[in-house]
Amino acid sequence: MPRTVRDVVFVDGVRTPFGKAGPKGIYHETRADDLVVKAIRELLRRNPGLDPKQIDEVAIAATTQIGDQGLTLGRTAGILAGLPQSVPGYSIDRMCAGALTAVTTTAGSIAFGAYDAVIAGGVEHMGRHPMGEGVDPNPRFVSEKLVDESALFMGMTAENLHDRYPHITKERADEYAVRSQEKAAKAYANGKIQQDLVPISVRRTSPEAGETGWGLVTADEPMRPGTTLENLAGLKTPFRVHGRVTAGNAAGLNDGATASIIASEDFAREHNLPVKMRLVSYAFAGVEPEVMGYGPIPATEKALAKAGLDISEIGLFEINEAFAVQVLALLDHYGIADDDPRVNQYGGAIAFGHPLASSGVRLMTQLARQFEEQPEVRYGITTMCVGFGMGATVIWENPNHKDAGGNK
Amino acid sequence: MSTTELLKGAAELFPDEVVTSAHVRHLDLPAGAGRFALITLDNGFDHTKPTTFGPASLANLNTAVDQVEKEAAAGEIVGVGITGKPFIFAVGADLKGVELLKEHKDALAIGKGGHEVFKRLAGLAVPTFAYYNGAAMGGGVEVGLHCQYRTVSKALPAFSLPEVFLGLVPGWGGCTILPNLIGAEKAVSVIIENSLNQNKQLKGKQVFDLGIADALFEGADFLEQSLIWTAQVLNGDIKVERPVIDRGEAWDQAVAKGRFIADGKVHGAAPAAYRALDIIAAAKNGDLQQGFDAEDQALADLITGGELRAGIYAFNLVQKRGKRPAGAPDKNLARPVTKVGVVGAGLMASQLALLFLRRLEVPVVLTDIDQERVDKGVGYVHGEIDKLLGKGRINQDKANRLKALVTGVLDKAEGFSDADFVIEAVFEEIGVKQQVFAEVEAVAPAHAILATNTSSLSVSEMASKLKNPERVVGFHFFNPVAILPLLEIVRGEQTDDASLATAFAVAKKLKKTAVLTKDAPAFVVNRILTRFMGEIQNVIDEGTPVEVAEKAIEPLGLPMSPLVLLELVGPAIGLHVSETLNRAFPDRFKVSPNLAAVVKAGKRGFYVYDSGKPELDPEVAALLKQGDTVLTEEQVRDRVLDAVAQEIGLMLDEGVVAEAQDIDLCLITGAGWPFHLGGITPYLDREGVSERVNGKKFLEPGVASVPA
Repeated sequence: MPRTVRDVVFVDGVRTPFGKAGPKGIYHETRADDLVVKAIRELLRRNPGLDPKQIDEVAIAATTQIGDQGLTLGRTAGILAGLPQSVPGYSIDRMCAGALTAVTTTAGSIAFGAYDAVIAGGVEHMGRHPMGEGVDPNPRFVSEKLVDESALFMGMTAENLHDRYPHITKERADEYAVRSQEKAAKAYANGKIQQDLVPISVRRTSPEAGETGWGLVTADEPMRPGTTLENLAGLKTPFRVHGRVTAGNAAGLNDGATASIIASEDFAREHNLPVKMRLVSYAFAGVEPEVMGYGPIPATEKALAKAGLDISEIGLFEINEAFAVQVLALLDHYGIADDDPRVNQYGGAIAFGHPLASSGVRLMTQLARQFEEQPEVRYGITTMCVGFGMGATVIWENPNHKDAGGNK
Repeated sequence: MSTTELLKGAAELFPDEVVTSAHVRHLDLPAGAGRFALITLDNGFDHTKPTTFGPASLANLNTAVDQVEKEAAAGEIVGVGITGKPFIFAVGADLKGVELLKEHKDALAIGKGGHEVFKRLAGLAVPTFAYYNGAAMGGGVEVGLHCQYRTVSKALPAFSLPEVFLGLVPGWGGCTILPNLIGAEKAVSVIIENSLNQNKQLKGKQVFDLGIADALFEGADFLEQSLIWTAQVLNGDIKVERPVIDRGEAWDQAVAKGRFIADGKVHGAAPAAYRALDIIAAAKNGDLQQGFDAEDQALADLITGGELRAGIYAFNLVQKRGKRPAGAPDKNLARPVTKVGVVGAGLMASQLALLFLRRLEVPVVLTDIDQERVDKGVGYVHGEIDKLLGKGRINQDKANRLKALVTGVLDKAEGFSDADFVIEAVFEEIGVKQQVFAEVEAVAPAHAILATNTSSLSVSEMASKLKNPERVVGFHFFNPVAILPLLEIVRGEQTDDASLATAFAVAKKLKKTAVLTKDAPAFVVNRILTRFMGEIQNVIDEGTPVEVAEKAIEPLGLPMSPLVLLELVGPAIGLHVSETLNRAFPDRFKVSPNLAAVVKAGKRGFYVYDSGKPELDPEVAALLKQGDTVLTEEQVRDRVLDAVAQEIGLMLDEGVVAEAQDIDLCLITGAGWPFHLGGITPYLDREGVSERVNGKKFLEPGVASVPA
């Protein structure tokens, strides 16, 4: 049977506002699966051209797949969202790159011809499911020194990355973090972020955290506009005495969910669905787990090589800011300035938050908006580091560019 | 008196109120529509304890309104919403609090208190919105009616104004606002027709279709969509348009139709529906305050009247005592029932087989004396399963499963050797039943329950010749088995606790209202009905015209007249039960020669319906031999009620059931006697019959009456 690889496109993406994990967080009394369900429903409302019956798969990522993040979330969230019973679903886990992997895995299947259109997304409720909940690492990791003990603690891996690149100082990391907050505040002021947020009703029964009863969340909770270098300088370095990684130059512990529609380009055009980005290539790479933040570098090298592109051809970067040092390591690798305007134009996870397995689609949604605004840019990258020593990179083409895809 | 004082006074009368909080939380509406105050009604429990309004709860809502009123006046908020905890909006006034009220002025205060608080919502300087997220009843519905706009969840399972069902009127604005919102016809259907139709509940979509709510959203993101809609309304992107109400003749016709429905159900015997209709009729002029005042008066009158107390008593019997039967042994003693045998394959036996099959979903085996009867019995069950399938009540898989579970055999040994529960529904003759049980005992496991559906024979006598009489239980259903909830569970002299516990466990799975009775002649319902009918028959036999005897009972508002009931039961069966009771209690139960003649003539009833209305069958009239003592309606009524009161008094003395409450529960669930009578003993107490006959009331004051 002859096969033709098909072009895959990012149709649309939405997310819940992100919350702070913990008893005072906005989502403390909200279930993780409900966050996903509401994101899926918003996607369908925004894209009435997509008949739910034609959805071939629901791939939902979560790192800790137990409780309200368990039970094969892709399937159960589909049913809860009101999708027809004929639509299947499954769960995905690649820790922080969960949603990104949900996109690439289903994209591969679309290219192969197994699917026409899918929902791909992710969720992490780090309040209900703290990092490391229920883990049981094999003792051989330590006894055979397969990985350094710090590999399981993301903050420690970030300190290790500072060790590897001594020129990436705490000051540089803090400066980067302040800029991220500034850019995010500006993006909010310009209404760039809100357009892809799903309002979420939240209940609070404990008065310690504020007014009780039902409320509505329409904005990200973790943002700290107006953060200054002085504010950051005084923060503790919880992962190492006299270390460099602080709560200020890293993403926090967060709750949130994302969802996107990925489809074959033919299907999208036939059903008058938006084509916001065209998939060019993707790659994952492994590195030493104890310097997990290095991961985006080899992943990006690999993705560029597969696409036959040079880094100079990339006009926009959406880099997940798990840690400022990890972003700076990538930028240094390619000789890109810390404040290069192509990088994280709307700010990043340091400001918005990073609910692990959900973040990949947030990067894509923001890149898609930047593509719309900047048709002169042809290629963009979404990239992130992943726990246990990995990196993940997806290269996208801007369909609005004069030379893009079919426009060539 | 101020609202605060009014509610404070009422709260003192009701110290045990489960208090509902009214949380005020602020949020930013989507689309930049502004800052909004959302009130959440929440009693702090999960959905198994729905949110209600007592005086302290109303005071909390009042305080919340104080806050949002200031904010609205200061321009700090653009609107106010009200919603409930998960799955529940609010289910209305706390009935426990209503029961405690003694004085007309206190009852008036509760009515006024609710109105005063709810009205303030309507009077705010900003638009108000109710979001019916879950179950909404009575005062819950009404608080929403006082808002300017309403949304409703498609997932809302139950929405009603059940006041008339209980003996009240929707008195916190329901009678007045609802007809002005959706028109009198629809309002009458919600307030009168649904209430009197066994308290029928509306679902979310119906609430929207009726025009009670302005928008309908799915349950998954109901509140989010409601708030987005709110923003669109406030921004002017959505205009809410409601149909113009017909205030002409249609209004009067709707009220007349309501009276017709009420007459058909309660025959003028209970005031609530009529009071509600009076208020709806007056609401035609659109004067809300006048309507609210009328509601206050109606509430206070009804709360201090006997019908409501009987109604609440009846409601609690069905909801509480019906679910936790008095005198049932420890449920942990119950043995599992994994297979059921039915002796007999006639209509009654087949109906029982169907019931056991549907509720227990275990193998059910029918036996009878020849293959043809067995096949007919199994065929009946299969046919009923197909009907359920056709109506979409079950799917094909379930139909396949149920059909495979029901079988029929001739050989009892083959059918019952592994049965845990065998019920007989054969001919009502003690010798036949003893024979059947002896045969079953020979083949069934030693632990198997042997149950009898006898309506009047002695369970102990039936068990007396068995090796293991301790496992025999009376299991008396009421026709139609699928509809009437009552199951009289009869303890024989030798019945042991484990067998009885198993019987109650089975009854629960059958979703029946089980009442424990002693092995006394005709148990509960048949004994009272037979005494009641017997007394009617006596006065007719003695010379009172049939129509006078029948009319004498009308003020009770029973579901049907005595002779129509006799027709439903069948004169032959009625005669048979009266003969049984005559043998047991010859001084009180007579066998009517006229009834015997009617049965002998093969008549199925006293009436013909050629004109559309029941009229005495001339052939029956020709058979009747009456004396010359003609009583008035009032004299007939006294005689019949005296007889009923006497019989119940004797039954309680004999210990047939634990308490008068069980008698009432039986009459409500087995004979359909109405809530406003509370079964019957609250009515007998209220009318002075109990004291006249027995020298005392059946129930303590306050149990089903206004407390002393």
